[in-house]
Amino acid sequence: MKTSIRIHSLLMAGLAFLAMSCDQGNRAGNGALSSNIAEKVYIAPGERDEQYGFLSGGYSGNLTVYGLPSGRMFKEIPVFSQFPTSGYGYSEETKPMLNTSFGFVPWDDLHHPDISQTKGELDGRWIFANGNNTPRIARISLTTFETEEIIEVPNSAGNHSSSFITENTEYVVAGTRFSVPVPQRDMPISEYKSNFKGALTFIAVDPEHGHFNIKFQLIMPGFNYDLSHPGRDKSHGWFFFSTYNTEEANTLLEVNASQNDKDFIAAINWKKIEAYVNNGGGKKVPARYAHNVYDESTHTATSTIKEEVLTVDPSDVPGAIYFLPTPKSPHGCDVDPSGQYIIGSGKLSADITVHSFDKMLAAIDAKKFDGEAYGIPILNYDDILAGTVQSGGLGPLHTEFDGRGNAYTTFFISSEVVKWKLGTWEVIDRQPTFYSVGHLMIPGGNSRKPHGKYLVAMNKITKDRYLPTGPEMEHSAQIYDISGEKMQLLYDFPTHGEPHYAAGCDAELIVNNSKKIYRLDENKHPYAITSPAQAKVERKGNEVHIYMSTIRSHFTPDNIEGIKVGDKVYFHITNHEQDFDVPHGFSIIGQGTSEILIMPGQTKTSLWEPKRVGVWPFYCTDFCSALHQEMQGYVRVSPANANIELSWSLDE
Amino acid sequence: MKKASILMIIGSAMLLSLFVFPMWNIRLGAPQYPEPLGIDIYINGLRGESEFDIQNIDGLNHYIGMKTLPKPEEMWEFSVFPLVILAMSIMGILIGFLSIAGKLSSNWFLLWFVLMSILGILGMYDFNQWLVAYGTDLDPNAIMKLLNPDGTPMKYNPPLMGHKKLLNFDAYSYPRLGGVLMGIGMIFTLTAYFIGRSKVIKTR
Repeated sequence: MKTSIRIHSLLMAGLAFLAMSCDQGNRAGNGALSSNIAEKVYIAPGERDEQYGFLSGGYSGNLTVYGLPSGRMFKEIPVFSQFPTSGYGYSEETKPMLNTSFGFVPWDDLHHPDISQTKGELDGRWIFANGNNTPRIARISLTTFETEEIIEVPNSAGNHSSSFITENTEYVVAGTRFSVPVPQRDMPISEYKSNFKGALTFIAVDPEHGHFNIKFQLIMPGFNYDLSHPGRDKSHGWFFFSTYNTEEANTLLEVNASQNDKDFIAAINWKKIEAYVNNGGGKKVPARYAHNVYDESTHTATSTIKEEVLTVDPSDVPGAIYFLPTPKSPHGCDVDPSGQYIIGSGKLSADITVHSFDKMLAAIDAKKFDGEAYGIPILNYDDILAGTVQSGGLGPLHTEFDGRGNAYTTFFISSEVVKWKLGTWEVIDRQPTFYSVGHLMIPGGNSRKPHGKYLVAMNKITKDRYLPTGPEMEHSAQIYDISGEKMQLLYDFPTHGEPHYAAGCDAELIVNNSKKIYRLDENKHPYAITSPAQAKVERKGNEVHIYMSTIRSHFTPDNIEGIKVGDKVYFHITNHEQDFDVPHGFSIIGQGTSEILIMPGQTKTSLWEPKRVGVWPFYCTDFCSALHQEMQGYVRVSPANANIELSWSLDE
Repeated sequence: MKKASILMIIGSAMLLSLFVFPMWNIRLGAPQYPEPLGIDIYINGLRGESEFDIQNIDGLNHYIGMKTLPKPEEMWEFSVFPLVILAMSIMGILIGFLSIAGKLSSNWFLLWFVLMSILGILGMYDFNQWLVAYGTDLDPNAIMKLLNPDGTPMKYNPPLMGHKKLLNFDAYSYPRLGGVLMGIGMIFTLTAYFIGRSKVIKTR
């Protein structure tokens, strides 16, 4: 009996060995490494990712937060769009965030997040993002992960070469993709040429609170300012914008804006313009734009309409702006960590053009110009060229850096990421993307000190990557390990909306500053109550204000009478929890807005306009405790002419 | 004899650390509380280990009908204990100095130690009484009224020392720095007695 078992197990072991060797044989191409790849992205339950990734949501108007390398989504931060999940843009406190000179605009197209920097390195305080459609720039706190400020950008349209920051977060810069009449006026479209202008806006960021103030707008020729990046380290003080449509076409741009063999990268010495402005230069002109600020202590946003902006005419600051000829309608405009190389990706080209900052300065010093455009000197292409990357790909778009002397460029048309070496311009490696990659992101890859371990490629086309979901699919992203000589595709994950650019950083930069609760004793909301004893209901004409509190698991008060049809009922709800991750929600039948989700210590307000007589329930929308289902209440609504006195109670 | 007296002074002075550090600690961890809630017990009152722990423990306790945790003015112990500790400490220091001066023998060290031990045991007894009362004197209208398998109402008092499972919570009760220093101080005074005594025997 014993022997037979032994023989049996020997046989089994032999079979297992055979199976294993077969397996290895099959996997030989991609595969001896497969298990090793899985380990690289596997974050065991309860463990946490190494890095944060903040992916723009594009037409979702929001910003999504991911963990790297797992590709798990942690949060969607509402920025430019109403967000019923939290009540952002629906609650009375946050409606002003979406105010513009066009009125309430509840949506935008969020493109290019950028994390604040100090001395050219990520500092993890804020993240900035641009609204492309109704030009706006937002600042999001990385302690609360909430949008704290939005400023509208006047004289701009298609706010695309935005929202990139200088290396000490002195400015967040917003350039217009579409040139427009400045100031706006009624005129024939066909008179575009030399009449339309492109505004490049430098928004000063208060170093302590991050508050925005438009320092100046540079009123440039009517090209399309597509993307931009700041100079860093040695080129700090300069800003570079790629342009297309230097033809100044106003129709069928896909043909008419592709005629010039070279467009420009505009090099802007912003320090020089800043000095000019500080000495009283520039012209104040009428403009209308909204400036919306959210105050964490009142939990409330205010919107102010500003009436004036300072503009600068380039011809008034000679020596501050130059054009660098760049082939084939450049899109991406990226600067390497040393600040020496300015990379222009001609999107219709196979090659990547690299300009040299030193050569640019030398050519400027020697006044070697190749003509001018609207009074702005054009440098000679050959004088400033550092090199060309003969990539073998097609349609280069964007470049990021790993801090080890390598650059990584995405190719939309040939659908790949190409790794190449700065200085020698040789191609080191190429990896396919799935499919048609737009931006890529290396955490910190757009600073002096990249956190260069992973690369995220964000694609425009998904097709067969995931289980099908009908005609509309989320976009796909890929994560590559770039710590070795060759890039290694690790993982594929769907993203939300349409990510354009993204930003990322090591987790430790943010983790310890992330807020857990708002302190109730610091709540300065005018309708906040700090004790359930202060709960009350007040009538002012047809406005009714309900001062309500929540704690597990009841509302105070939970029975309210004396409301009438036609009233405007404001539920001001303060969450009295001071425990991490215990929000309460509020919703009421017929609510014409959205629920509100109130974080511990916070106050939020929902407006309810009862239309029908009856007794209407409200409830907590967040499963807050074992007795969450009991967290409910009733509002009695009487006819408009009724004489029911206001009353409110809990457990009486 | 001088060495023993100094040890006596140090040992009894270490009681004063109870005015700075917590004596005892009760920690409550649960699946939902990977960072446990904690109560630091000082001789003059209770404090949360994190700022809002007391409030959050009270919030959870309302489900089982427990009273809210006592404020200093709600328990006589929190005003009497500091006086007792202060008095004992001063007395011990005084005994130490008087023995240096040769006015008292080391037997006084033992007397002090025995007195302090009796007070300590009484204190622990009182503490346990409080824990039991707190864990069993529940609101009859509590949201959750749980019974033991034998049909008796479930008790929620944390252990006097060690670990105990209370529904979804793991309760841990252990001395903290103040209590530990007090214990070491008392050992010092006992050691002082033995050193003092052996010296006396030798000199004989």
